[in-house]
Amino acid sequence: MVTFTLNGQERTFDGDPDTPLLWVIRDFEKLTGTKYGCGVAQCGACTVHLDGMPRRSCVTPIATIEGSDVVTIEGVSGKEADAIKTAWAGLDVPQCGYCQSGQVMSAVALLQMVPKPTDADIDGAMTGNICRCATYHRIRAAIHNAANSMEG
Amino acid sequence: MTIQDINTTRRGFLAGSGLVIGVAIAPKMLSAAPTGVHAGGDPALAPMNAFVKIGTDDTVTVLSKHIEFGQGPFTGLATLVAEELDADWSQMRAVHSPTDNKVYANLMFGLQGTGGSSAIANSYEQMRKAGATARAMLVAAAADDWKVPASEITVQKGRIKHAASNRESGFGAFAEKAARQTPPAEPKLKDPKDFVLIGTELPKLDTHGKTNGTSIFTLDITPDNLLIAVVAHPEHFGATVKSFNDAEARKVQGVVDVKQVPAGIAVYADNTFAALKGRDALSIEWDLSKAETRSSEELSADYRKLFGEKGLEATNKGNLDDAFKAPGLQTVEAEIVFPFLAHAPMEPLDAVFIKADDGSVDIYNGAQFPGMDQEVAAKILGLDEAKVRVNTQLAGGSFGRKAQFGSPYIQEAAAVYAATDRTRPLKHMWTREDDIRGGYYRPMYAHRMRGAINAQGQITAWEQVIVGQSIMGKADLDETSVEGASNLPYTIPNLKVSAHNVQLSIPPLWWRSVGHTHTGFAVETFVDELFQKIGKDPVEGRLALLGEKPRHAGVLRKAAEMANWGSPAPEGRARGVAVVESFGSFVGQIVEVSIGPEGAPRVHKVWCAVDCGVAINPNVIKAQMEGGIGYGLGAVLFDAVTLAKGGKIMQSNFHDYRSIRINEMPDVAVEIIKSSEKPSGVGEPGVPPVGPAVANAWRRLTGAPVRQLPIVNIVSA
Repeated sequence: MVTFTLNGQERTFDGDPDTPLLWVIRDFEKLTGTKYGCGVAQCGACTVHLDGMPRRSCVTPIATIEGSDVVTIEGVSGKEADAIKTAWAGLDVPQCGYCQSGQVMSAVALLQMVPKPTDADIDGAMTGNICRCATYHRIRAAIHNAANSMEG
Repeated sequence: MTIQDINTTRRGFLAGSGLVIGVAIAPKMLSAAPTGVHAGGDPALAPMNAFVKIGTDDTVTVLSKHIEFGQGPFTGLATLVAEELDADWSQMRAVHSPTDNKVYANLMFGLQGTGGSSAIANSYEQMRKAGATARAMLVAAAADDWKVPASEITVQKGRIKHAASNRESGFGAFAEKAARQTPPAEPKLKDPKDFVLIGTELPKLDTHGKTNGTSIFTLDITPDNLLIAVVAHPEHFGATVKSFNDAEARKVQGVVDVKQVPAGIAVYADNTFAALKGRDALSIEWDLSKAETRSSEELSADYRKLFGEKGLEATNKGNLDDAFKAPGLQTVEAEIVFPFLAHAPMEPLDAVFIKADDGSVDIYNGAQFPGMDQEVAAKILGLDEAKVRVNTQLAGGSFGRKAQFGSPYIQEAAAVYAATDRTRPLKHMWTREDDIRGGYYRPMYAHRMRGAINAQGQITAWEQVIVGQSIMGKADLDETSVEGASNLPYTIPNLKVSAHNVQLSIPPLWWRSVGHTHTGFAVETFVDELFQKIGKDPVEGRLALLGEKPRHAGVLRKAAEMANWGSPAPEGRARGVAVVESFGSFVGQIVEVSIGPEGAPRVHKVWCAVDCGVAINPNVIKAQMEGGIGYGLGAVLFDAVTLAKGGKIMQSNFHDYRSIRINEMPDVAVEIIKSSEKPSGVGEPGVPPVGPAVANAWRRLTGAPVRQLPIVNIVSA
């Protein structure tokens, strides 16, 4: 039995302890904003916040997160999340949209750690998130816009 | 969201009162009265041919017959309707239409389907007519209610007004009354000069849900008691199951069953992880007697043996043989080999099957050819087509992958479902490994180019031989193998293009921009080499040979102006250019490239000019150019699906089938040529020029022409 917090609520899981957090969130908790893209931490579509840090949930066995605090796209909040979502909408970043939950989660985590990221900071934080539609050009601009909007 | 919610939403949507505009196929062009029912649905609820619905709550919902997987048809089609309806953009909504090969036919294909960058071109008149019809009926209803002449009523931004009597209303209040009006026989469309929404940067309708995680894709459909199924596929194309042992798989907690199916061995489980773990625990012996056992290298050698043999003639102008015999010629030759490419959309293929109480089945999937999916699934499930409903979902990309004649993916998934007793809903999904190794690739191609330059420095002859699989499965010439080459835009007096079709057990498929993925590269790099040989500027040289192609020349000039072509590139960088027409749209690109830290090209900047006729939504057009550039660039830099010695597929996931990442994405500037030509597509045309433009810059930077893709292989070789 593993006990953890999901978007502020205490949850337990008593299935196979090897089950990746991704499939616990999707199959058992029925929160589907977090996506499967590769299963091997190569694409970032499954990014969640684990104790405040971005984490690829597809390679995180549920047994390793006892007592942890998990936040998904459905639960992410605060000024950085608001700024990122507003900036995403302002530039119409998504195309197919499938990777965007992961992009948003990585971008929010970046702004929480680095309020005014440089292009190099953005490369460092976002390189693990693949977008096959290649919306990268707008992702970069949206992160800068979000950072600027938080200054005022 | 559960499947029950989805059904409720759909039924509620179609059941709600209001004005529904259908587009009947014949005899009258437009009919407001529901003319039938949605197959299998509640006859009282669902108008079969709905294209636009105006709700009593003032919302205007467009039913898109084109799937939304990122290229923007929801927004584009809604723009067309809103323009003629004089709606306010904030009241517009879009959903997928039901499946019906007649009512919702792509007018270019003759069946329901999305592809060939055709959504806007195909819907430009149809959806505007639907909007104009709705507007006329709303006006008629208001005129009747207010007892004023219809001609005195104006509509603007979703408000119906009669100035003289100072009356005003939204659409919703008249939606029901409008439904009882007679539709105009031939709705009057606006003169393009009067457009107020078309040509403006309207925000996309699907952004919000795709930003906060609420958009539902097929993978997200999770009805209660759902069974998850994955299939163990062979690692060789054409291999079949010889024997298997499922004892260990069945021991995995959550695994429910294991069955042999046509595609391999299916594992059924209560959750996804159990299904995957169960599949890993299978032990399977494959029969390779009919499998492709040649390596990519061996295939390439076999392809190149065909260069000297007589092929299928695509173009033959002038007299090539004589032209090459002329005295004083310089000749240039090149062979270029293109690898197999996977599409690798973010959402791997998936489908959900749910049996209704009457035995009929709902299928939820990212259906690019929904009517074909329905036909194929019905056959496998042993049901009448009317008992199978294909419910198109948002899809996490496609790039061609989901547009398959004969719906082989749905064949696999339906067979997996058919092997159960159908008491539980079933989700069949592919993993990324299934996707990369699943075939239906952009085929491997080999090109041989020969060019002749006379003493005056003119290109007098051009020969191109193209070897590869026919995507259309043809025995004779397949236009998709030679498009972009057989209609070479440059004026060259002696031109011969021919092709050889190769038969392989590796299934081929179109990949974003189809033949132009390789012909665009071959043509644009080779012509650039010829210009270099003559000492001509690549832009000026092209323009001189594009006398009969003003739209090519237009985008090329614009891109050159944007890039300040002629000014020196920064130290350590070179610029390259390419211009390609595909799917009726013209795109010119100039790139700026340096040698990156690992010795591979680093692309800093792309200037892109596009002429796609009337620009419906510049925001979407620019997004498609940016995305097409990234998609095409990633492939030419990094990607190949390779068969190892013995025929086993070498790549399996994003670590060895690389995707471009944010740190590799260039800055992109896009300009749209102002045009009154009919609108053409933008989903594909951004892709073809970027590869050759990068290769041209690379050759000028390093002296090394790119003869084999991906570029990273020749750099690291």
